[in-house]
Amino acid sequence: MTQPNENNGLGHGRIATIEGMPLGIVIEGSVANGVEVRLDPGVSVEQIKVGTFVTLQGTNNRFFGVVNDVGLGSTDPRMKFTPLPADDPFVIQALQGTVAFGTISVLPQLTLPDVLGDEEGPTAAKSIPSHFSRAFTASQEDVENVFGSEEDGNFWVGSPLDMETKLCLDLGELVKRSIGVFGKSGTGKTFLTRLLLAGILQNGEASSLIFDMHSEYGWQGQDTDKGVTVKGLKQLFGAKVSTFTLDEEHSRRRGLSTDETVHLGYNHIEPEDVELLRESLNLSEVAASAAYNLREKFGEENWLKDFLDAGKNGSLLELAEELQVNAGALRALYNRMGRFTRHGFIVEHSRVDTAAQIIEHLERGQHVVLEFGRYGDDEAAYILVSNLLTRRIHRKYVEAKESAMGGVGKEPRPLVIVIEEAHKFLNSAVASQTIFGIIARELRKYNVTLMVIDQRPSGIDSEVLSQVGTRFSCLLDNERDIDAVLSGTSGGRALRSVLSRLEAKQQALVFGHALPLPVVVRIREYGPKFYETIQGNDTDEEKKRKVDELFA
Amino acid sequence: MTAPSMDRRVGEVVESTSTSFVAQCYQLEGAPALGGLVRTDSPDIYGVVGSVTTEPLDSARPVLARGQDSDSEDDVIRDNPQLARLLTSRFEVYIAGHVEDGVTHQYLPPRPPRVHSFVYACDSDEISSFTTTLDLLRLLLNSGASHSDEIVGACIRQAAASHDRPDDFLALACRTLAVELSADVARLNSILRRVSP
Repeated sequence: MTQPNENNGLGHGRIATIEGMPLGIVIEGSVANGVEVRLDPGVSVEQIKVGTFVTLQGTNNRFFGVVNDVGLGSTDPRMKFTPLPADDPFVIQALQGTVAFGTISVLPQLTLPDVLGDEEGPTAAKSIPSHFSRAFTASQEDVENVFGSEEDGNFWVGSPLDMETKLCLDLGELVKRSIGVFGKSGTGKTFLTRLLLAGILQNGEASSLIFDMHSEYGWQGQDTDKGVTVKGLKQLFGAKVSTFTLDEEHSRRRGLSTDETVHLGYNHIEPEDVELLRESLNLSEVAASAAYNLREKFGEENWLKDFLDAGKNGSLLELAEELQVNAGALRALYNRMGRFTRHGFIVEHSRVDTAAQIIEHLERGQHVVLEFGRYGDDEAAYILVSNLLTRRIHRKYVEAKESAMGGVGKEPRPLVIVIEEAHKFLNSAVASQTIFGIIARELRKYNVTLMVIDQRPSGIDSEVLSQVGTRFSCLLDNERDIDAVLSGTSGGRALRSVLSRLEAKQQALVFGHALPLPVVVRIREYGPKFYETIQGNDTDEEKKRKVDELFA
Repeated sequence: MTAPSMDRRVGEVVESTSTSFVAQCYQLEGAPALGGLVRTDSPDIYGVVGSVTTEPLDSARPVLARGQDSDSEDDVIRDNPQLARLLTSRFEVYIAGHVEDGVTHQYLPPRPPRVHSFVYACDSDEISSFTTTLDLLRLLLNSGASHSDEIVGACIRQAAASHDRPDDFLALACRTLAVELSADVARLNSILRRVSP
């Protein structure tokens, strides 16, 4: 595959952004399979890449579509068996574009309005252009018309393939539904997520809560390929971002000051959490459900503490008998929970309600990054903490929204919750129980959406996945993962060939709710230039605050 | 259109059909080359030379070999001056277009040339202006001649020499051929190799 920035002699790309380059004419097609365009003799198939945007000028309408296949055709089926002088440029030149020609198949996705700037935007294409309609590469104007422009307050996320045009996303629309960022390891998921989060922060329409497993989003992150550090959200947005940490020591070692340290009390842990941790703690179903019996006996506040105390006192057997639970199962639960509660962030009793603190920050319009420090690699800790906090936040949001609907109080601010390794708590075994499964399914109504980041989308429950509105997919090569990402998408078969041909870095196929049509994006560089666009937009107040912060 | 000059007059129509005509040369061996463009007068009909024949005027008196005792071929002609009167050259022309009300059309005329119409060899200006469009290639390809590929090849080669930019003309001709022969790549290839510079 050629480099995206190369100029291939005919000015494809540069010229195309000013005025669409003529490609060929429509020779056949259908709404279901898209139209076949025969390339003009001067246009080489090598110039056209899968995923390129194309406009088709029909008799009465203009269509906007995507190249989803490139092929070679010939007028004479016997040509493949006819020995031809391949080294005679004269003969080959005469055959090319006449007897032997290139074709592209284009899926018309949108009908563009007749007059640009018309009130009506592009609408979904329900027909195809007629025979002999001309096909052109889409111009910059076309792309802006379809995806919106930066001037209209959209967020510049990257460029379409082979174009320098800025491709923009409507962030307001994006955060209305859940977002998925998928891609195998090392394809740039984290960078893409950082970029999107920066966009959401800058846009200011929604707050975000980031469960930062590997401490990459808060203060700074690493670009392992280039061996440099990149700025995190806190560095870019200062006071707009609050960082919470589970592991104060880890933050101190990295020389960072965090806003809050999170401690969870036994009283915050609920039997539902145990149920969730079943797999990571290797508990049997019986053992996990014993927690419900314990809660019934000891009450909501004290069940874990009393249970662990009972274990220490050696009265587990009696307890098992009393609860009519298998003693072995209860012992297993005791052992696992005992080990688990030795984590530094878990304390016997905590009066501080971290969830409430987080909500307070969120309501102030701030964004919260929760760094896990050394617990990031501890799956059980990650699942427990993120579930525990999210459940509480969920409750508050549901209450707030309901009272807002009843006319008391204001609407809660839209919230995007970011979780990594999503398949661990959204797999089909636990998705129905975890709060994230519920959020994915219904919480859009309560102004809370998820941003799930995962390298194994096939592990995510299909029902949850189907609720993910906008999907960003970097390169995936596992068949099942590709199927999962494309599930429920119209034209999935065509997208599949696009998806499996993405470059390993900085490219993503974006499709779903926030976009009028699927698009391959060369993701914008996350670096000094990007920082400038963020920091250049500071208000005077913000600048003053930063100066104060610097010299405080 | 330049006025036909006497020195370009090569013969006279002696046989005529809707698609082709036969002309007899005024001079023995005076026929235009294979693939050359010729035209008749009144009406103006263009055609491409498809075959040239030199034969005895009287088919009952076949030509005999006479040069056994001569040193050179020229001597044979010099020693037998009657030969020029006994032999004749004829050429067959496939009609490639005509002029009607001052407009050139590359399709068959409503009527073939009259017998005894004069036939002129076209000069290079006339060739290049007539071959700016190449619909005549289709007429030639479908002429029914057993060697139509050869006629087409020769015609393109000759016409190319009359154009200011022969390469551009060749490219155009080859594209036209490719469209006409899109279903027969083998035949297309054989003609292309005949015109390849």
